[in-house]
Amino acid sequence: MEKLIETINLYTDFHTFEGTVKALNGVDIFVRKGETYGLVGESGCGKSVTVRSILRIVQSPGRIRDGKILLYFSEENKEKSIDILTRPETYMESVRGSDISMIFQEASSSLNPVFSIGEQVGESIFFHRLPEILEAAIDQLKAEVSKVGNPLTRTWKSFSLRMLEKELSANVAYDKTVAEIDERLYLVESLASDAQEKAQLISVRNSTRKSMPLVNLVRKIPFLRRYRKILDTIVTGRVVDLLTELGVSNPTAMVKRYPHELSGGMQQRIVIAIALACHPRLLIADEPTSNLDVTIQAQILELIKELKKTKISSVLFITHDLGVVAEVCDRVSVMYAGDVAETALVRELFAKPLHPYTKGLLNSVPKVVQEGQLNTIPGIVPNLIHPPSGCRFHPRCPFVMDQCKVEKPAYIEIESDHYVACHLYAAKGETK
Amino acid sequence: MSENLLDLRKLKKYYPIKGGVFRSHVGDVRAVDDVDLKIHKGECLGLVGESGCGKTTLGKTILRLHNATSGRIYFKQTEDEVERIEGLLESESPADRKEASRLLKDVDLTAMNGADLRKQRGKIQIVFQDPSNSLNPRMLIKNIIAEPLLIQKLATAKEVDFRVDELLKTVGLSGNHMRRYPHEFSGGQRQRIAIARALATKPEFILMDEPTSALDVSVQAQILNLLKQLQKDFSLTYLFVTHHLLVVKYITDRIAVMYLGRIVEVAKTADLFAHSLHPYTKALLSAIPIPDPTTKTEKIILTGDVPNPSNPPAGCRFHPRCSYAKDICKQVEPQLMDAGEGHTVACHRWKEI
Amino acid sequence: MNELDSAAAVIEDKEGLVNPGTPSTHPGISEFAFAIKRLLRNPLTIIGLAIILFFVTLSVLAPVIAPPPKPDDPYQMPHTGWRTTPSPPSAEHIFGTLPQQYDIFYGIIWGSRSAFRIGITVVFANLLIGIILGSLAGYFGGLIDEIILRIADIFYSIPFLVMAMALVVALGPGLKSIIIVLIILNWPTYTRVIRSEILIVRDLDFVQAAKASGASHLRILVKHIMPNCIFSVIIVASMHIGTTVLTAAALSFLGLGSTTGYADWGQMVSTCRNWIVGPPEQRLAYWYVVFIPGFTIALFVLGWNLLGDAVRDVFDPKMRRR
Repeated sequence: MEKLIETINLYTDFHTFEGTVKALNGVDIFVRKGETYGLVGESGCGKSVTVRSILRIVQSPGRIRDGKILLYFSEENKEKSIDILTRPETYMESVRGSDISMIFQEASSSLNPVFSIGEQVGESIFFHRLPEILEAAIDQLKAEVSKVGNPLTRTWKSFSLRMLEKELSANVAYDKTVAEIDERLYLVESLASDAQEKAQLISVRNSTRKSMPLVNLVRKIPFLRRYRKILDTIVTGRVVDLLTELGVSNPTAMVKRYPHELSGGMQQRIVIAIALACHPRLLIADEPTSNLDVTIQAQILELIKELKKTKISSVLFITHDLGVVAEVCDRVSVMYAGDVAETALVRELFAKPLHPYTKGLLNSVPKVVQEGQLNTIPGIVPNLIHPPSGCRFHPRCPFVMDQCKVEKPAYIEIESDHYVACHLYAAKGETK
Repeated sequence: MSENLLDLRKLKKYYPIKGGVFRSHVGDVRAVDDVDLKIHKGECLGLVGESGCGKTTLGKTILRLHNATSGRIYFKQTEDEVERIEGLLESESPADRKEASRLLKDVDLTAMNGADLRKQRGKIQIVFQDPSNSLNPRMLIKNIIAEPLLIQKLATAKEVDFRVDELLKTVGLSGNHMRRYPHEFSGGQRQRIAIARALATKPEFILMDEPTSALDVSVQAQILNLLKQLQKDFSLTYLFVTHHLLVVKYITDRIAVMYLGRIVEVAKTADLFAHSLHPYTKALLSAIPIPDPTTKTEKIILTGDVPNPSNPPAGCRFHPRCSYAKDICKQVEPQLMDAGEGHTVACHRWKEI
Repeated sequence: MNELDSAAAVIEDKEGLVNPGTPSTHPGISEFAFAIKRLLRNPLTIIGLAIILFFVTLSVLAPVIAPPPKPDDPYQMPHTGWRTTPSPPSAEHIFGTLPQQYDIFYGIIWGSRSAFRIGITVVFANLLIGIILGSLAGYFGGLIDEIILRIADIFYSIPFLVMAMALVVALGPGLKSIIIVLIILNWPTYTRVIRSEILIVRDLDFVQAAKASGASHLRILVKHIMPNCIFSVIIVASMHIGTTVLTAAALSFLGLGSTTGYADWGQMVSTCRNWIVGPPEQRLAYWYVVFIPGFTIALFVLGWNLLGDAVRDVFDPKMRRR
């Protein structure tokens, strides 16, 4: 299976009053097309920071210091990857919500309390899929215009049609221009030439706007701008279809409701609907069920598994619950204090954990068939402003060696598709 | 039969809803609705249920942090004595009832007040869920732990230092931590401090209100082991309130399952997991994500959401979501029935399912 | 490894603490130090502080800068004559004189003492009332809460000037009356602020824990609730000193304050009511009687406002980077 996204040697820091928190210490992860990839770790290990770095939404005072984040989105060329850390913000805006979507832990704070469900789910469709909606509206209007007899209505519909066509052509032109700039940027980067040209391209891309002066003017006039209502109707239709697929009962009524009227489980469904509205290639789920009751959690996990079959191709699932990982994920990485400790297929990881931290973690989780005491990992998660030297796990590791205190272990593929960062295994395997 | 440390009879906690122009009493949120529960001395009883079922309210009502709307909480009474007083309460003659009220003042936690209550408070303590909120951020650790001692007058100012040091060592911290502030400690350590504070007055009963839910997985294991050890060392009785079923399996002897303010099933832990009888318990247990990719459990997915506690369904409260519901379930509310070996269940159809 | 050992093992100081090696500080003190550092970075704060310090110096050194002719009644401004027209600034009277030849310079210097007296007394009394009533209302809730809030509402609804005039008539003119009037005006605000803070803190777990140990209400209020919510009131209070003085000046200007000749800025402007606009040929003939006291009031209030703004910015939890 080919890779979809990949991070290489990612370093992210937070510059706080107390000092610089070195949140990510060279993180290498990748997600393959069509898989559910789990990212497991305790609080402070950096899993949320990693995915926020991927989407470039790290909150200040955080900054990505070093590394690459590669997206393999090209259909024609499987090897073609774009390093989004070099891309302008406008490029990221087109990626977020459309190619990569994210859902968060607190569903209630992800939803805006003053907008209806329909408006919120439709928002990303409006932003990312406007040309499609415009085309659908134009087709519908064309059919209506020819049938309608009343001259007043006909004039109005013709006017709407004209406006929409103008808007569509402006959008299409914009998309074309931006795509060309992106192509040029890609060529410039791969040839590693002219930094100046690159900077110029970036600024051009940032300042390109859709040129539709008449449309913009009409949109400001109170009565005339009602011509856009047909767009709302089309989008609402799509939203209703989407909600039906997600198993929401009575979606036509749901579209008019507001978030405070819904229960926690239903809110999380709506959040998933918003994330899936534009058929993203990758869904990132940052602990979406941690706050939910166990029966509601089961519902949501079932939903995600169903959607995997039909709508989403790949999922990056962050959690601290190893039970959820065992249920939902195909492959999983274990993170500790800003490093990736181990990555393997789920069965492999549970059956044969290699990294001492993974072993400790698996032993400290209560199981259904529990023998004897829970084993614990002594000590506490380290302070990332002054992290331990060498391997960040060494103060708590039962197998610590002298080398561990000095040198950070390399992230090596020990067996097929099983990576570990630990000096115990450094002798075997080649470097990735 | 082991002695009951706490015996809850017909305990209710309602929150009145005021509505209308004159803010009259239009209804109640029935957080705890007619609960009978016995907590044996020396055991760890788990209380599980999802959010809104009333388990936290029940715990805090026992602690008198909330005042019960009605019902009795018998503390350290024999079963015979409790039955006698209950009998007097239900009798027809007013003289009997008066006698019962008089007796209740000494044995019923809901009836005590003032100095009597304060004395009892030393014997029942609580550990809260969120260690960042349960310690006063502006007090030294020493003062936080010493406070119960001083209030209950169990130590003089001179002895306090020694006692606090002792308590800190018991929970795995060191004496030098006394003169520091809560923000300097990690979540797990703050929880240890909270446990030390709960132990200060040498209580007999500790309510654990989701003590590990806010902690990381590896720290959770440390705290659970500590709690087990302390129970053995100090002959404590725990009521362990949680929504995490695998944790409750690890640490408890018996489990009570709550749904919408009522207890629906009580059994020994092993029994409950091996053969649960109530449909809700079955669904709950099947929904637990198992940290083992090789086992695939058949999940019973409940439809719908938890109903509103101010307007519970008629009859059995679970019937709208139950796949086994029949007519009787919609009309008559089931009481807890004995299913043998200390296993009780509130379901009309438990024998058939 | 023995699990029991690891569970109950004594954790060494080094591993145990989140910030090992640093001396332990009360969270209030370290917050305070951080706040002071932030405060001092803001240039407006420095200006505000400078202004206030300037006035403090004036007040402290008043007997030296402007020696009182009658040592036992220093607030009575000296007047060198009885002419009703104000005199412009001259060598003898640096800032000029008021009608009836009261020395403006003297009034300004000793007026700063009055200003501080009013500001600090009013705010302090308001804090006291606010804390007591606010605690009762917020902590106990129920009927007590309702009663206190309704009384506060009643006070809110009385028109301020009418109340001020009535009280001055009843109590007689003078600084004391103004102080009492201002206390009565403002106590509902303080009560509400404290009450809302207490409502938040009251339900936190550590308060419940103290209750579970049998702590009395007084103990909980004093040891647990107060220290955690006093901050916001301090912010309100510090900004309030400036506006209090401004309101006091307004009252004095309307004649509801101190008597003629008393060293109080508002009072000084009040006596010059008829000379604010001069004769038709020279409208600004008597600029000094309005401008100098007026400017002083404005400067004083500005200083407190700047400081209060900066204090609020720094202590507002959302603005802090922690």
